Amino acid sequence: MTSFALTSEREKQLEEILARYPNRQAATIPVLHLCQEQNGWISDEIMEWVASRLDVSSAHVKGVVTFYTLFNKEPVGRHQVWVCRTLSCALNGAEGVLHHCEKRLGVHAGETTPDGKITLRTAECLAACGNAPMMQVDREYHERLTLPEVDAILDRLLQD
Amino acid sequence: MLRHTNYLTKRYDEPKGYEIGPYERDGGYEQAKRALGMTREALIDEMKAANIRGRGGAGFPMGVKWSFMPWPPKPEKPHYLVINADEGEPGTFKDRTIMERNPHAVVEGCIIGCFGIGAHTAYIYVRDELHLSKDRLWAAIAEAKAKGYLGKKPFGIDYEVEVYVHTGAGAYICGEETSLLNSLEGKRGEPRLKPPFPAQAGAFGMPSTVNNLETIAVVPTALAMGGEAFSKLSDLHHLKDGGARLFGVSGHVKNPGVFEACVGVTLRDLIYEYGGGVAGGELLAVIPGGSSCPILRADDKVDAPNEKSPLHPYHGKSVLDVPLGVDTFRALGTMLGTCCAIVLSDKVDPVLAFHNLMRFYRFESCGQCTPCREGSAWLFRILDRMAKNEATLDELDRLSEIADNIMGNTICAFGEGTAMPALGFLQKFRKEFEQHIKTRGKSSTGRLALGAPGPAGASAAGAKS
Repeated sequence: MTSFALTSEREKQLEEILARYPNRQAATIPVLHLCQEQNGWISDEIMEWVASRLDVSSAHVKGVVTFYTLFNKEPVGRHQVWVCRTLSCALNGAEGVLHHCEKRLGVHAGETTPDGKITLRTAECLAACGNAPMMQVDREYHERLTLPEVDAILDRLLQD
Repeated sequence: MLRHTNYLTKRYDEPKGYEIGPYERDGGYEQAKRALGMTREALIDEMKAANIRGRGGAGFPMGVKWSFMPWPPKPEKPHYLVINADEGEPGTFKDRTIMERNPHAVVEGCIIGCFGIGAHTAYIYVRDELHLSKDRLWAAIAEAKAKGYLGKKPFGIDYEVEVYVHTGAGAYICGEETSLLNSLEGKRGEPRLKPPFPAQAGAFGMPSTVNNLETIAVVPTALAMGGEAFSKLSDLHHLKDGGARLFGVSGHVKNPGVFEACVGVTLRDLIYEYGGGVAGGELLAVIPGGSSCPILRADDKVDAPNEKSPLHPYHGKSVLDVPLGVDTFRALGTMLGTCCAIVLSDKVDPVLAFHNLMRFYRFESCGQCTPCREGSAWLFRILDRMAKNEATLDELDRLSEIADNIMGNTICAFGEGTAMPALGFLQKFRKEFEQHIKTRGKSSTGRLALGAPGPAGASAAGAKS
């Protein structure tokens, strides 16, 4: 058995999620999102827990976790920054935005700042092409970016 | 011809235009109520007459798709309506605007759709990154429920409808309908072999219809106007490509964005009328409807001497003057896709544009089929060498061979979606690529962006914010 448990609020959400589907397996992705929201990443322990709660094998859960890019397989920073680099953004300077972030934060894409504050990543198309260049910070989109705006966003995150 | 409409976009700029009040003020939910009182046959006839071609890229006639569902539904085999809002095709950003600014059109479309296909449950599959879209959809569902438009007896009529939002977790492939169904079922998003088609065995093994989000959102409009009247809005009504739809333009234009117009808009309208013209140079090429659609060059001409070709009326004209339609663009050797174009100015290095897109496909290949998994990676590796000026002329031919060997050899259309744009680039830019290799990159501009990072059109005169 694992010692992981969802908060009572999230436990309630889990029950609501289960009611939406004809079987428990269908809740795998939404429930993993709930767990990640609480823990920041999906540990082996969480995978075991989800498997037992949903009556599926832990191999199934691991298969799902490793398939989807948004499930963190290891701890990440308090904030996550994704710089979109696909064509429409690239045509509007996405590489410049990314390099600027790398320089400001002193990390490469895919890494977390030593203080654990920010994980910097690249993203493939985030469906904001008309407002390129853009980056996603946690749940929010920041669009039509210029470098001073990128600086302001990073400053805010670093001070948090 | 560019004729703006505002069926979907009317409340886009209105503060709180996404709430139920403004939606009902403009006649919202009247069609859902009306549909629940119609016969299924009458509803599907209207939808067929509307000639709504699927807005997700494949362009399949929506009414026909609904009619594929087995009838009558068997109690032990519940039907499902599944809405594809896994928007992620590079260049495409239209569905997100509907979810954020007109979510009730989606909910109303789902009620009508459920009735049309004999379903009592609709799942809207939204990519996880679109948090605001998900929040707006859930809020719209709650508002509709509170008003009694969803649930056991919508509008007091005995036909239960529930609508749920389901989220992915970051995988472009989940926009492929069978992969989306696997993801909805809580599995890895790997595409399924067809047949069986979703209408026979879809979500949870039950008969299902998968519609794009814009497709379902336009249903109330089509029903309100009457199918035929809606279809006739289009310049391509005679090709069974009806109505009005969203168009998008991004890349090197002064005024990128999404707008709504009658079908019949040309690329020239998109780039110069709506888009305000090319930013930072002249037009080099345009990818018409999302990155999987083969690229067209600004100087390409229509070659359609055959009178039976849907392109014949445009024979000898520029490809920029062909109305954006499912059949017209297929006949051009490309695809209509999602009607969201990416514009490349002549300052762009086509090698880098090709390289950028192949990186996307390599990253997003789900890995199930060998030709796609290995092929997409191989294409990218060669392009990476080309971008670093290390490639040889032999490798240019190898790119075509690899793409040819992906085509038709995979479970889903992602393989074609990778190979077709690759072959398109190779065909249209062969000379430039050869020059690039021979001169070790000196013939190319070596860049994608025009200047400092920022919207390309922001500093150009006449650009809107």
